[in-house]
Amino acid sequence: MKETWQEKARGKRAGKGVNMFKAFLIKYAEIGVKGKNRHLFEDALVHQIKVALKRCEGKFFVHKTQGRIFVEAEGEFDFDETVACLRQVFGISGICPVVYAEDEGFDKLAERIVEYVDKVYPDKNKTFKVNARRARKDYPKESMEINADLGEVLLNAYPEMSVDVHEPDIMLNVEIREKIYIYSEIIPGPGGMPVGTGGKAMLLLSGGIDSPVAGYMIAKRGVKIDAVYFHAPPYTSERAKQKVVDLARIVARYAGPIYLHVINFTDVQLHIYETCPHEELTIIMKRYMMRLAEKLALDTECLGLVTGESIGQVASQTLASMAVINEVCELPIYRPLIGFDKQDIVDVSEKIGTYETSIQPFEDCCTIFVAKHPVTKPNPKYIRRHEEKLGEKMDELVKKALETEELIIVE
Amino acid sequence: MEVYLDNSATTQVFPEVAAYMTQIMCQQYGNPSSLHLKGMEAEQILRGAKETLAKILKVNEKELLFTSGGTESDNLALRGVASAYQRRGRHLITTQIEHPAILQTMHYLEEQGFQVTYLPVDAYGRIHLEDLQRSMRQDTILVSIMHTNNEVGAQQPIAEAGALIKRMNPNTLFHVDAVQGFGKAKIYPKKMNVDLLSVSGHKIHGPKGVGLLYVDEKVRVRPILFGGGQQGNLRSGTENVPGIAGMAMAAKKLYENYDEDVRKLEECKSFFIDGIQQMDGTRVNGLLPGNPHGEGTAPHVVSVSFKGVRSEVLLHALEERGIFVSAGSACSARKPQPSATLKAMGISQELLGSTIRFSFSVFTNQQELEYTLSVLREIVPMLRMYTRKR
Repeated sequence: MKETWQEKARGKRAGKGVNMFKAFLIKYAEIGVKGKNRHLFEDALVHQIKVALKRCEGKFFVHKTQGRIFVEAEGEFDFDETVACLRQVFGISGICPVVYAEDEGFDKLAERIVEYVDKVYPDKNKTFKVNARRARKDYPKESMEINADLGEVLLNAYPEMSVDVHEPDIMLNVEIREKIYIYSEIIPGPGGMPVGTGGKAMLLLSGGIDSPVAGYMIAKRGVKIDAVYFHAPPYTSERAKQKVVDLARIVARYAGPIYLHVINFTDVQLHIYETCPHEELTIIMKRYMMRLAEKLALDTECLGLVTGESIGQVASQTLASMAVINEVCELPIYRPLIGFDKQDIVDVSEKIGTYETSIQPFEDCCTIFVAKHPVTKPNPKYIRRHEEKLGEKMDELVKKALETEELIIVE
Repeated sequence: MEVYLDNSATTQVFPEVAAYMTQIMCQQYGNPSSLHLKGMEAEQILRGAKETLAKILKVNEKELLFTSGGTESDNLALRGVASAYQRRGRHLITTQIEHPAILQTMHYLEEQGFQVTYLPVDAYGRIHLEDLQRSMRQDTILVSIMHTNNEVGAQQPIAEAGALIKRMNPNTLFHVDAVQGFGKAKIYPKKMNVDLLSVSGHKIHGPKGVGLLYVDEKVRVRPILFGGGQQGNLRSGTENVPGIAGMAMAAKKLYENYDEDVRKLEECKSFFIDGIQQMDGTRVNGLLPGNPHGEGTAPHVVSVSFKGVRSEVLLHALEERGIFVSAGSACSARKPQPSATLKAMGISQELLGSTIRFSFSVFTNQQELEYTLSVLREIVPMLRMYTRKR
């Protein structure tokens, strides 16, 4: 069975109980192809890495050099914790733990390579290839020469090892710059794009399983998110609100700080309940949520709304219902989970760590007054007509809801 | 106005108690097992606390064990006795309306091969002695009955049950969970044929994280915690000196003022129940004060069902106006399931989810209750308008 990177990392650390890695080389896939905008994406990634590493023990120096991003630890740091943090930064495709040292001549380098292989690969029964890059052209040997010479040194030191230049088990990268860098392992990152490169959107966050996942998916594409939660006291409790804050906090680990707008929705909801046919309650309620969310979005420079809807999951998530919901907004509504099955969504929520929080049993405002048989194919004409009955009173209630907004900054 | 009517969940610590505990934590912070002076200081505080509590219960100081709270006391009593006497018999008796600390421990003992009989209760939440009598067997090693129910305040006939148990089988031990009753009723284990009794600190204006278990000196208990052998090897672990001292001081304060406090609580309860009964669509669960059955109801708990109102919504609506109450009991409110006590009392399905518990303390006054009643009169009809349409 193949070792996981965690096992490998532990193996490395087992070497004399000292963490030999002092730096990480950050690989990024998609942002490499962005042409002239490339530096913007790289700067955003560097920024996001810096933000993420604030949560880790230790001091880090994050910098860009010649098309790569390095994270160097200054002094002691917790390897596992740091890797875990970096794995939450969108835009990173791989994290390579790096050993670096001063250039003290080729013989010293050969010694280091032998030591590196010994610590990182206790089992020597492997094929390898040395891949040297000489960024500093005044180094006395050329890349090809370094490859051959280091290969020979390793074969002499570990006769069980063999060279395979096409599909090696171990790709031993040696980079000669001001210092010498050695790395061979790539820990997979989350992929995606650095948050902030894709504009900003307003996430409708409930206490459920889906909306945090939707937020995660949108943020993964580089979009910064604000969130809005509709609170309906006394029908929903302070604990339900706390649950949403907790969820936002988990999503913020990936998406960066989230401005959570809490809107008191009770009066709007009760007015709909009193005035409109009961089976249309949910759909009309959702239309008002969208209207409110759009107003907030426009005030906060968001370019779209994001929901956790997926087709057919509940009555208000049929194509017909979503069409009726869409017509109240000018801004596009993004639904990243639209084609997901529930189980797929649950899988992601478990992976990102929101599931346990999402399943705490607090009532949210959507379920409180729900009809037994809500409409699944709402007729937009009827819906509009019934909404008209809400009258000017509704405009006032909406205005009041927006005015009494509570802003929570979740980090 | 802040009105705290959830005193069965926990109580406000008496300020003197908090001050005394702070003093102990900062000054007499020694370990009572230490041989030096600091240790002795702490030991003396422990002794004083024991003396106080022993006096209140009219028991011997040696018969008191300090625990981490009601749950541990209940666990130690049940598991400790079951394990020490299992060769004598494997039958246990309890009631259907016990606190989860008892019920869940009983379920655990069932898994260990013990048989448990759960006594039913009547519409007032009281057991019937005939049921107890019928359930007693030669191999019944322990009966555990709660003194005061946490959800409706029903008080069980402890002295009568104790006498009955000993008459039927002198070998059967009797445990009483007095977590809700202690401080609100006079409880004397020796006179009531009670062999083990659980008490908690934070229900009597003392601190959380401390409790008491009385164990009659003739009773053997096998410990459930192992370690340094403190408290006669029955409950290892360094004693929670400030907690124990705080609990003892709170108990002392309550019983010094007992007659007056209980009379005040009873007045509050009558006043509140009168107000509730004037409202439409309400039902007070359990025995009413001054009922023909005599005693049988705690002076500090009122359980009310509000027809057509979801208890959780009412709870939050009251909270918005500074009034803090419980839906069912606090320990089960996290899991939204109908209360076992109310179910056992035969409350209809419709009312199960519409029941609120108001519980008073010595800090409660009529002005607060007037305010609560006026808020209820205002919001209950409003909430009824917006219940889920069918």
